[in-house]
Amino acid sequence: MKKKYGFMLSAVLAAGTLLSACGTNDANNESSGGGSSEGGSTDFKVAMVTDTGGVDDKSFNQSAWEGLQQFGKDNDLEKDKDFKYVQSTSASDYQPNLSGLIREDYNLVFGIGFLMQQDIQTIAAQKPDAQLALVDSVAVNEDGDPMENVASITFKEHQGSFLVGVIAGMQSESNKVGFIGGVDSELIKKFESGFKAGVKSVNPDAEIFTQYADDFNAAEKGQQIAATLYDKGADIIYHAAGGTGNGVFTEAKNRAKNGEKVWVIGVDRDQHEEGMPENVTLTSMIKRVDTAVIEVSKQTMDGNFPGGKVTEFGLEEDGVGIAESQENVSEEALQKVEEYKEKIQSGDLEVPSTDEEYEKFESSL
Amino acid sequence: MKLLKGKWASITVPLLSVALGLLVGGVIMLVSGYNPIVAYAALFNGIFSNTYVIGETIRQMTPLILSGLAVAFAFRTGLFNIGVEGQLLVGWLASVYVGLQFEGLSPIVHIPLAIIAAALAGAIWAFVPGFLKAKYQVHEVITTIMMNYVALHVVNAIIRTYLLAPGERTDQINASASLQSPFLESITDFSRLHYGFVVAIIGAIIMWFLLWKTTTGYELRSVGFNKYASEYAGINVQRNIVLSMVISGAFAGAAGAMEGLGTYGYMTVMADFTGVGFDGIAVALLGANGALGVVLASALFGGLKIGALNMQSVAQVPTQLVEIVIAMIIFFVASSYLIHWISNRVSKRGKI
Repeated sequence: MKKKYGFMLSAVLAAGTLLSACGTNDANNESSGGGSSEGGSTDFKVAMVTDTGGVDDKSFNQSAWEGLQQFGKDNDLEKDKDFKYVQSTSASDYQPNLSGLIREDYNLVFGIGFLMQQDIQTIAAQKPDAQLALVDSVAVNEDGDPMENVASITFKEHQGSFLVGVIAGMQSESNKVGFIGGVDSELIKKFESGFKAGVKSVNPDAEIFTQYADDFNAAEKGQQIAATLYDKGADIIYHAAGGTGNGVFTEAKNRAKNGEKVWVIGVDRDQHEEGMPENVTLTSMIKRVDTAVIEVSKQTMDGNFPGGKVTEFGLEEDGVGIAESQENVSEEALQKVEEYKEKIQSGDLEVPSTDEEYEKFESSL
Repeated sequence: MKLLKGKWASITVPLLSVALGLLVGGVIMLVSGYNPIVAYAALFNGIFSNTYVIGETIRQMTPLILSGLAVAFAFRTGLFNIGVEGQLLVGWLASVYVGLQFEGLSPIVHIPLAIIAAALAGAIWAFVPGFLKAKYQVHEVITTIMMNYVALHVVNAIIRTYLLAPGERTDQINASASLQSPFLESITDFSRLHYGFVVAIIGAIIMWFLLWKTTTGYELRSVGFNKYASEYAGINVQRNIVLSMVISGAFAGAAGAMEGLGTYGYMTVMADFTGVGFDGIAVALLGANGALGVVLASALFGGLKIGALNMQSVAQVPTQLVEIVIAMIIFFVASSYLIHWISNRVSKRGKI
């Protein structure tokens, strides 16, 4: 027995020395690397922190990572070294994750999702030399001004939602459509208001049901709500609910199998394949997080970091729009979409993005 | 192998379990194509390599200690408080509410007031299952689990209706109620380390004192050992069950205050549970339901969780792996019987 203990002891000691050796080594690297990063002569390194959805959320985290990968490919960057992602398991991980990447000397660090706003603001204030980017929200300092070292990226989701609303308004046979939101928030209100405005613009008599799931990651809840709305007579449901929306597809597919004719409108990415094989995806409102990530990375690499600016991606910048899969959309509806697209781009039509704006919009119809 | 039996067991079994848990984690990494040595080195660096991560580790430990104490306290009276998560949420909300409401108070008054409010909220939340258990023999595991969901949705509804600020959260609490400290932040390179760890240590001392140095504690433990014998000895079992749940809930509520007054300074609308309350169960189990054990177990789990972030960043090993390691550690602690059995076999063979 004594021999065994001896062996274990030496193994533990060996492991200990190994580990501690690595420890000092890395610490040295960090301290020596700290100074050189600001010179700008070093290679460009960019990273992103996902929210709790992770890079396989079939939604905006995934889209952002796709963008970053594309950017890495275009510029011959090495994955996990020059560009990488770090996933967060809980909200308390956001700060250590962001801060860790900055200490690893990444030139640009993306925070994906409005949930990270507070953490980005805190870190941006602590590390004035760091270059950060925030997707879906605007980082502001105590006075309410945009922060100098954060590039804020937002999307005009209401414009894209308006267009899918037009399609829903045109193609609903029951004249009833539904909207399922993830969490009742400023951001999702943009989707809701735009969508409702789109429906009402082409179909003033249509009835619109709205419900929030209070969760971006609860497919079973999405399915239940979808069932309720379909039972109420809605034949098209637009979801802006991330992972919760997957349940909407499940419900629609079940109903399609039983011969009911129901549709889902997808969100963020082209969700055509989510509706297969029953083919229940009418269209999708796409939000090009990938384009935005590539664009801001490019600018930063060229030395034009858009810090302190709010970069808004709308119809004009191809930041939002309807998906390429259009087999289920009628010719008429597509024409209307083009018509409204022009109106929005020319400024003739102001799409509402909040409840108040929508009420005004509705009464002006 | 004598070390695995007798009075040393409460130390050696957890230590061996930790070693085995890390070993299994390493094997899983190997099988999934990661290099365990690189990964564990990164994990180790992620806990100790600079003051920031050390600060974050202590920050992560703080609520874990209190939620672990909550679970352990109820365990001592033979109760399984699975509702720590819910009690933590109501405590968090209560602390933030007090932090928001009173202006111009001195921190010496405001901070204790907010923590007491949190503890009280947690205690009330835990009173319900305690009462149902004592009065109607409703199993506390079921009621506390259900109360978690009630807490989650009630808290969300209250924030949405009364306290909502932009960004799906409440406003920042007044500075006088905040446990955050520029001094602690400055010595740890802006980590979120806050004075809550002092509260957590005081909590551990309170638990130890209550259970081992007072008559009430003696009664509580006695009910845990054998409630029929206790009743025969003239101890009011029902009262002690309720009391145990209430004190346990108070610890859980205080854990929530650590998040509300320390780490965040506000509360967000929660899409899901924080997990801190559930981790408390693991902490209590590994810490053998003792005050010191809970502190040490929190240090381990807090460290693993913070180290995992670096492990992911440097070695690309998913943070979920650390959850597997933690689960394995708990598995080995829980199956210490199995370990005993194996150790018996080994020592018998050793004699041949």
